[in-house]
Amino acid sequence: MAKINSPVELEEFRKAILNRRDPDKSCITLCSGSACNASGSAAVARCLEEEIEKQGLSESVEIRKTGCHGFCERGPIIVNNPGGVCYLQIQPEDVPEIISETAKEKRVIDRLLYTDPESGEKITHEGDIPFYKNQQRMVFGPNLSIDPKSIDDYLAIDGYAALSKALTGMSDIEVLEEVKKSNLRGRGGGGFPAGQKWEGSRNAAGEAKYVIVNADEGDPGAYMDRAILEGNPHSILEGLTLGAYAIGAHEGYVYVRQEYPLAVENLLLAIEKAEEYGFLGKNILGTGFDFKVIVHQGAGAFVCGESTALMTALEGRVGEPRPKYVRSNIKGLWNQPSVLNNVETWANVPLIINKGADWFTQFGTEGSKGTKIFSLVGKITNTGLVEVPMGTTLKDIIYKIGGGIPGGKKFKAVQTGGPSGGCIPENLLDLEVGFDELTKAGSMMGSGGMIVLDEDTCMVDVARYFIEFLTDESCGKCTPCREGLRQMLRILTNITEGRGQEGDLELLETLAETATEAALCALGKSAPNPFLSTLRYFRDEYVAHIEEKRCPALSCKELINFYIDPEKCRGCGSCLRKCPADAIIGGKKLIHIVDQDKCTKCGTCFDACPDKFAAVTKLSGVPVPAAVPEEERTIKKSK
Amino acid sequence: MDNDRVDQIIDKHNGEASSLIQVLLEIQSEHHWLPKSALERVGERLQVPRTRILHIATFYKAFSLVPKGRHEINVCMGTACHVRGAGRVLDVIEDVIGIKPGETDLELKFSLETVNCLGCCALGPVLEIDGTTHGKMAPGETADVLLNYE
Ligand SMILES: Cc1cc2nc3c(=O)[nH]c(=O)nc-3n(C[C@H](O)[C@H](O)[C@H](O)COP(=O)(O)O)c2cc1C
Ligand code: FES
Repeated sequence: MAKINSPVELEEFRKAILNRRDPDKSCITLCSGSACNASGSAAVARCLEEEIEKQGLSESVEIRKTGCHGFCERGPIIVNNPGGVCYLQIQPEDVPEIISETAKEKRVIDRLLYTDPESGEKITHEGDIPFYKNQQRMVFGPNLSIDPKSIDDYLAIDGYAALSKALTGMSDIEVLEEVKKSNLRGRGGGGFPAGQKWEGSRNAAGEAKYVIVNADEGDPGAYMDRAILEGNPHSILEGLTLGAYAIGAHEGYVYVRQEYPLAVENLLLAIEKAEEYGFLGKNILGTGFDFKVIVHQGAGAFVCGESTALMTALEGRVGEPRPKYVRSNIKGLWNQPSVLNNVETWANVPLIINKGADWFTQFGTEGSKGTKIFSLVGKITNTGLVEVPMGTTLKDIIYKIGGGIPGGKKFKAVQTGGPSGGCIPENLLDLEVGFDELTKAGSMMGSGGMIVLDEDTCMVDVARYFIEFLTDESCGKCTPCREGLRQMLRILTNITEGRGQEGDLELLETLAETATEAALCALGKSAPNPFLSTLRYFRDEYVAHIEEKRCPALSCKELINFYIDPEKCRGCGSCLRKCPADAIIGGKKLIHIVDQDKCTKCGTCFDACPDKFAAVTKLSGVPVPAAVPEEERTIKKSK
Repeated sequence: MDNDRVDQIIDKHNGEASSLIQVLLEIQSEHHWLPKSALERVGERLQVPRTRILHIATFYKAFSLVPKGRHEINVCMGTACHVRGAGRVLDVIEDVIGIKPGETDLELKFSLETVNCLGCCALGPVLEIDGTTHGKMAPGETADVLLNYE
């Protein structure tokens, strides 16, 4: 392929791609992100190929494997075009019928459609499903329709138009000003205004300047960056190139988490294609601007997501943070001015340049413009990736889009902002999401993790979980973080294991204050947040653990016992058969008993007991009643 | 892993000291651990002191300085999986194979690790064995999954 040498050539090329495509030709799109691969999308893809061949439709039906659609709860997802009929949770067995009925005969297969849980009605189109209908998918939208391995697909949806517009129609300053005017704030952590960061680098003296994508995605419950990297890598590259143009950089880096092999694969391919087409490399689009991108894989360290640590890691050294006397946009990678932004931040840039800052700022709140992708996970009916305008309420996200809490359970809290964030209780669900709003509530936006917790989740355990995570990930360079977190973890573990003492909470608060004040980097400074916010809103749970040795959520293993209610047990043997520890004593027509000495508290019996009996219960803070005497254990008929 | 292969990997990265982590990652992913001889070769070729190499090899989670088992089990301990009971799944695995995260059993059959978010939160709790994802794990079923590995 010859390089595209001017905006005119690009538009001609784009037109040629569109002309080659027949909108009436049958096209089956299948989501093939990592999550859907895990639920069988690769097998479905193979079946599609075989079946199309078998039914002799190779000429008239094509398959497009896209990235993640976000509705991971119901993947793998197939959309049949034209028409847009959407099928969920597709298994290989469904494929022959999809090809013969829908692709060939244009008939809809009812049983594969989404059923609205409220009205019971079948929904044919993806966009009409409540999960999607209430979203605003600006950044994430293209994931539904493009094959990330095809640069032509990206061009077909106006890809690289922003780059072409900027390089030929706008000066570097104009690009910078547009981003500044859009008030785009960083999507990866602190929400720092991107334009301001860029301006600092632009004005700083340096032999070379760098632009960097933070694709480390360390928040252990967030995967939106992965979905963009895997599903639409060109949008990140285009944004990065625009940034490079604005600040005068000629080299860029993508620091990708090692655990994301498909992201690396798609990104490398995207770079190769972009170079081939002339969107990267020397003399981009014939404008004389040079820019190259290098992919660097992380090696598994959460702290490497922090800006200074990331840059140190890029230099091939141990990724430890350094004090920020001078900001990294002034002195960063190799001591040169370096702009580091998150994946989603970069992916917003082409939209802003294409459609203008005025268009962008119509979405969102006063302080937070545009949209944000959240990863809505945990105890939620519709797990998935959700893109909404800033200012949407938590309630709308959790109930309208997320479909509420499954299993008839009660909502307890939502954790946002990852390990540096906090928990927001039910009475604040009307909160509008935005950087400042979440911080005020004692949490933060972070990278957009949103973990829903229900009544079965213990808030002390949640705090312990995050502190444990951070203790493990602390690089060990500064004392308040290395030693302070370790002590916090010890105390919190004691509390969840029934060894809490009076004075523990005060000691925890002191340790938290020290870390916040004195830690070297934001990892340590924000580490106490999960503890502080759970203490702020759920103090009574801490007190119950410490004073009554009771876990109100019946979750902390050391504080609960499993007990079979003799009145309810019908001797069905379900628990006995499934118990992995052989801790159930039972037999035909006998009331079953949990052998407390053998019980490992895995909860299998609790899940195994049929709902109609619900005989297995959890006890906390009270002694286990004595077992039924042997002579009374026989179950009489029809009690 | 012989020196020729190590050299090939180093050459691929133009023998630059700044590529140290990328070189080690490649050795790790091919060989599943970092043997002493390979580290010595890397040090010689990239002109990097042994202390720095070991600092890196012990700092990052991806590296192992001891041989790994035939099957690598990664249990997701991400937040979403945690609140859905990943801890109890891990307990069962520890019980069945008799090792803790970070360890390898004496027969070199299993290595056990915990990881953070595999991006399949909808399927939580999730575990991954030799790259294959097993979703919606219940503690009671976990032992059965492990039985399939020799
Ligand atoms: C311990 C720690 C881990 C971080 N991890 C990430 C990460 O995985 N991804 C990310 O984009 N930002 C992460 N950040 C935030 C970055 O330091 C930085 O603020 C961000 O990448 C800047 O980009 P943005 O302004 O576009 O958000 C982390 C910060 C800290 C303190
Ligand atoms: S938290 Fe386990 S896959 Fe996301």
